[in-house]
Amino acid sequence: MTGGPNVTEPPEVLRVEHIAKRFGAVEALSDVSLYLKKGEVLGLIGDNGAGKSTLIKIICGFHQPDAGKIIVNGEEVTLKSVDHARSLGIDTVYQDLALVNELTVYHNMFLNREVVRWPLLNNRAMRKRARQYLDDMGVRIQSVEAEVAKLSGGQRQAIAVARSVYSDAKILLLDEPLAAMGAKEGALILDLVRDLKDRGEVSIIIIAHNYAQVLEVCDRVNLLQHGGITYDKRRAETSVAELTDLVVAEYRAHRTKGG
Amino acid sequence: MSETIENQVAAAGGPRQPGGVGRNLIVRTAFDAFMRRREATILLVAIGLIIYFQSARSEFLSHDNLVNLSQSTAPFAIVAVGQVLLLVSGEIDLSAGATFTLAPFMVHYLIDFYGVFPIPAIVLSVLVGCLIGFGNGFVTVVLKVPSFVTTLGMLFLVGGIVLTTSHAFPAQIPEAAQGTIQRWFGLAEWSEIIWCLLIVAFFHVVLTRTRWGLHTIAVGGNLLGAREAGIKTTRIKIGNFMITGGLAAFAGILEAFRTQTIDPSLSGADFASVMFTAVAAAVIGGTALAGGSGTVIGALLGAFVLAELRNGFNLIGISANPFNIILGLAILGSMILNVYLANLRRAGRT
Repeated sequence: MTGGPNVTEPPEVLRVEHIAKRFGAVEALSDVSLYLKKGEVLGLIGDNGAGKSTLIKIICGFHQPDAGKIIVNGEEVTLKSVDHARSLGIDTVYQDLALVNELTVYHNMFLNREVVRWPLLNNRAMRKRARQYLDDMGVRIQSVEAEVAKLSGGQRQAIAVARSVYSDAKILLLDEPLAAMGAKEGALILDLVRDLKDRGEVSIIIIAHNYAQVLEVCDRVNLLQHGGITYDKRRAETSVAELTDLVVAEYRAHRTKGG
Repeated sequence: MSETIENQVAAAGGPRQPGGVGRNLIVRTAFDAFMRRREATILLVAIGLIIYFQSARSEFLSHDNLVNLSQSTAPFAIVAVGQVLLLVSGEIDLSAGATFTLAPFMVHYLIDFYGVFPIPAIVLSVLVGCLIGFGNGFVTVVLKVPSFVTTLGMLFLVGGIVLTTSHAFPAQIPEAAQGTIQRWFGLAEWSEIIWCLLIVAFFHVVLTRTRWGLHTIAVGGNLLGAREAGIKTTRIKIGNFMITGGLAAFAGILEAFRTQTIDPSLSGADFASVMFTAVAAAVIGGTALAGGSGTVIGALLGAFVLAELRNGFNLIGISANPFNIILGLAILGSMILNVYLANLRRAGRT
């Protein structure tokens, strides 16, 4: 695919090849390969426990793979840490959001990327920017000085997304960004993803259980099954019904085998 | 008292009445803002105790007694500052009392047996405290032994080293350290409390205004989340263990210089008391044992309240024995009040 003569194709920003990862006796991923082009939105689906989150955590440097290659912007890299991946422009919205309840909204938004006027935190700058980012995103939060513990699930999600979006990420990994959201808040996040796509600067991998929502925003869908990618189609070539069938068929097959 | 607080908060949080409440509202808002600060409760208790003891015994606020109060606040407050940082990051150091006892012996050994100059000897002894803290941190974070157990072991280990090396005999303050240095580091009337206030001010800023403080809260509030955000959680925790060890060592040196003797008995039956008083001060001051929140200034006030109680009871003529009853009740009461007030704060507006 890389050797193709087609020059109008956007370049690949990320490619993972033959990634394997086990935790003790459990093989989470056996052989995963996928690619992501510049400005593309890739939907990653799969049943619970298929290893989607593990894959995301390998791409963002949180876990180190047992085998396989990661290629970022054409260069093979060994991601040593989350910070390292971040320095290459890879940023993540985790399923658990990675928010600290005891901290304010703006401190969470700038967690580990604080604006510092050495040796002190520049709280005023962070407050101002946090306010502006949230306004830009259309997220309604009374005060950026509120403790995150006081916010609703959707607001928390929005903060986690805003945090990654505004970190100048080139590759954004969204692990179930719609999980805790109401319909309105979910639409807000999808709009945001669409905005980012239109700008064409950011490439996104999005994990979601709601296939209709995934298909709304993504260019391509990959199915992760049995520790590997078993399905790769463009949006136009697939449908919610087909995706649902794929996942359910696997479950049925298991059940008939077992029972 | 708690009932009025509840009413005030409820009233302030409720819908505003139209007109006629201007001044009332300002007072109430100010009160509200004050009560939302974690240190508020303990400050009120401290002031209440001052008023009570001063009205019972007029010498409570005399110069001599203020010196007494400051001297029985400072060493515990200094150790408590370290405990606050540790508690906020989700750990505890039970060995701080042993380090407190070891440090002045280190000063004594270094000066009298190895001919080190006094100031470098003090610095080295504080660094030994940091090293003990590093050991605590390493075993806790890297070898994954809960800090409660790690530091319990370290308490006996360090206490045992003190008793073995000193043969359980007290030592004199080294001659080279007597005079100016001893006065600067503990002997002069206000020396301990000045060191204490400097340390409290410094670490208050560290905890509330720096990346280190923010990451300390993040690590204690959501360890996995902090790690996912790329925070070096190991470094934060071990660092806070080292700070605690260093502060305990420094407080021990100040206290030895003030009392003009280096006392190994602190590592015996009393070795836990320094640490427990410090943890009690932190907890009374509003630091949660569960991690994620705490205040250095609260710990200072907590240590001050404990000193007031000890000293005031003494003046009134109540024996030292019921003091522990009061201490126990104070810890229980303040914890219950803290949980209760935290809920109120959370329910209230931001």
